[in-house]
Amino acid sequence: MEASYDPEQNPPLHAPLLDRSSPRTGRFAAVFACLFSLISLLALIINQTQQPFEKVQPRGVAEGVSAKSNPSLLNQVPFNWTNAMFSWQRSAYHFQPQKNWMNDPNGPLYHKGWYHLFYQYNPYSAIWGNITWGHAVSRDLIHWLYLPLALVPDHWYDIKGVWTGSATILPDAQIIMLYTGETNESVQVQNLAYPANLSDPLLLHWLQYPGNPVMVPPPGIKPDDFRDPTTAWLGPEGTWRLTMGSKFNTTIGISLVYHTTNFRDYELLDGVLHAVPGTGMWECVDFYPVAINGSVALDTSSFGPGIKHVLKASLDNTKVDHYAIGTYAPKTDKWTPDNPEEDVGIGLKVDYGRYYASKTFFDQHKQRRVLWGWINETDTETADLKKGWASLQTIPRTVLYDNKTGTNLRQWPVEEVESLRLNSTMFKEVLVEPGSVVPLDIGTTTQLDILAEFEIEPLISSTTNEIGNCGDGAVDRSTYGPFGLLVIADASLSELTPIYFRPLNASGGTLKTYFCTDETRSSKASDVFKQVYGGKVPVLDDENYNMRVLVDHSIVESFAQGGRTVISSRIYPTEAIYGAARLFLFNNATGVNVRATLKIWELNSAFIRPFPFERDSV
Amino acid sequence: MKILIVIIFAFLVCQANAFRPILLLGNQNLIERTCKQTPFYDLCIWSLKSNPESRDASVKKLAQIMVDSLKTKATETLDLIDELLQDGLALDPEMQKALTSCAERYNVIIRGDVPEINEALKTGDYKFAAKGANDAAIEANSCEIEFPTKSPLTDMNKVVHDVSVVAASIVKIIQTKFSF
Repeated sequence: MEASYDPEQNPPLHAPLLDRSSPRTGRFAAVFACLFSLISLLALIINQTQQPFEKVQPRGVAEGVSAKSNPSLLNQVPFNWTNAMFSWQRSAYHFQPQKNWMNDPNGPLYHKGWYHLFYQYNPYSAIWGNITWGHAVSRDLIHWLYLPLALVPDHWYDIKGVWTGSATILPDAQIIMLYTGETNESVQVQNLAYPANLSDPLLLHWLQYPGNPVMVPPPGIKPDDFRDPTTAWLGPEGTWRLTMGSKFNTTIGISLVYHTTNFRDYELLDGVLHAVPGTGMWECVDFYPVAINGSVALDTSSFGPGIKHVLKASLDNTKVDHYAIGTYAPKTDKWTPDNPEEDVGIGLKVDYGRYYASKTFFDQHKQRRVLWGWINETDTETADLKKGWASLQTIPRTVLYDNKTGTNLRQWPVEEVESLRLNSTMFKEVLVEPGSVVPLDIGTTTQLDILAEFEIEPLISSTTNEIGNCGDGAVDRSTYGPFGLLVIADASLSELTPIYFRPLNASGGTLKTYFCTDETRSSKASDVFKQVYGGKVPVLDDENYNMRVLVDHSIVESFAQGGRTVISSRIYPTEAIYGAARLFLFNNATGVNVRATLKIWELNSAFIRPFPFERDSV
Repeated sequence: MKILIVIIFAFLVCQANAFRPILLLGNQNLIERTCKQTPFYDLCIWSLKSNPESRDASVKKLAQIMVDSLKTKATETLDLIDELLQDGLALDPEMQKALTSCAERYNVIIRGDVPEINEALKTGDYKFAAKGANDAAIEANSCEIEFPTKSPLTDMNKVVHDVSVVAASIVKIIQTKFSF
């Protein structure tokens, strides 16, 4: 595909001022239109004299246009948030800054014994704006220590925002940071930064290349469709490449490819790594190899037999992260999906909940690929400003190719989260009959690590096809489901968050299973977003239904079948908080008994705090 | 007879349209096409056309005009809330509480959402413009349901809500449909 589209030669959207060729055809068309409208007007009048005039419903009400706006004010009670409710929402072991707004994770890397996380941050407010790079370090991806800001908007080439970027670690341990800057003229450009002192394990200070920007929007790419450069990888002849998402002709999502030898000079390739029509702007593109044996992670430059490549994009239009697995051809810098029907943006999601701007890095210390993802708030900005903060990062996840299905990735919380485990409680084969709820007595339930396995015993035989996916939530009953857990629920179940499996009869006597989280009754408050999330999860013949759930106050991360399908969810209960929050099993299926075996740990706080510079000991 | 009058009228209107210079059709077309894709067509048309800057505007500029309208309407509403609160002793405590809560939400619309939308439109990260606009709609809604009985702000809350929804729709159009 030629990147030679020139917006200046494209016909403008509105009619030209004086177009000599159109008056004659224009008038003919107008007269024809007049006759047609006359006839239809006549028809309408005749019609109306026979029927009373019907008032048309305003479109907005019927279609519920805005995802966040409430179509009806009926049956809503006003809600008053208290400080106790707000304080409870803050996470105990998920990364978030002490205060204010955060969004995309940036440039994650491992250096001299420390994991580094940078992130989009507003130093002044709990709303997006004035974007800088926040910075934190950790020994173990769990216990984070805040450091001073790493990058601030202090040059013309990033004065309107220091946006997302990625780190590339060179073979000689040099660190290259490429990031998007918003210039003084509102153009998106790519800039190069590097540590002022590589021997500083904390990488406190960063320098910017004097020749910035190193990449500017090429012809055919708009100044606001050019951002989020990836980690670079080495090609066969020793040239580095990186890719960056954009869009073509408004609706075609694409990923551009740049070559470089020195990270200062870049050459844009003709064509793109890949394109998918109808997906719109690709943000935060990520591109990395996976081993098809499914048991080892690979450095970003790996290539060869037994390796596939994952292409991931955050879709600006839908605010969803998608990925696809496929094959990369380094000689042509082209990637093709294994399954074009589940291409990038139209198939699998990285996470089926509230999740965006995810990014991986290769952790050379423990030889694993680690995935970060940004979790936004789903309450109002009034609430965010009142509580003084907004957004979290997920617990970092390892990513591997699932060689049992060959179609999915497997994500799993990094093992270091297990260091937070305190006491544990086991439940063996708890029977949950159709339409019932079983309480699990485990003390406080706001910081939990739950491993649950479910076996189903059919009580009736049914082979009729069942359609649907997560349905209308946990109240939507079918033969084999839903069944699962109720987290952050109060004793009277006035607030609850079901996390469940919903196997449905598909053709050929098989079952098609959905994994879901239902926020619709997570809170009595009317000014929070409450959605049913979920997606398909492959369940193989020799597998039981199993899930892992990390509960941390207002964030819940749920992993099905070893991480083939993952859902991140935000909940803002008003009653099911502190000691009032409980955990239950439930079975709302009509035709199966469920036996659940669980191991549940209470989790400690990670005590995320500022780096103790004075004491010099951690 | 009635039908005859209607036919003559339609014919006259038609003639006027057929011979209207194409020059003027230019941007009105864009405004109409844009507003048709929002859920409150009339409000959209009125808000845009009453601002002279909409004449040669791009879709992005139309969005900015809509946001200006949002700011104006929200400011008017906040002014009304302040006036009502000044009645002080004459207010019953529930009304006072509701108005105070509404004042907070409208402050967020004016000082939080509007600047967020404007910064996002200027820098081209449109999803944050949508976020701010959607939030403004919820804040207006949330204010309305604060009042246990009759709300003194119903009409204004509805306008602010609807203008926000229109603004969010136009942002969506920028992201998904128009090149500029």
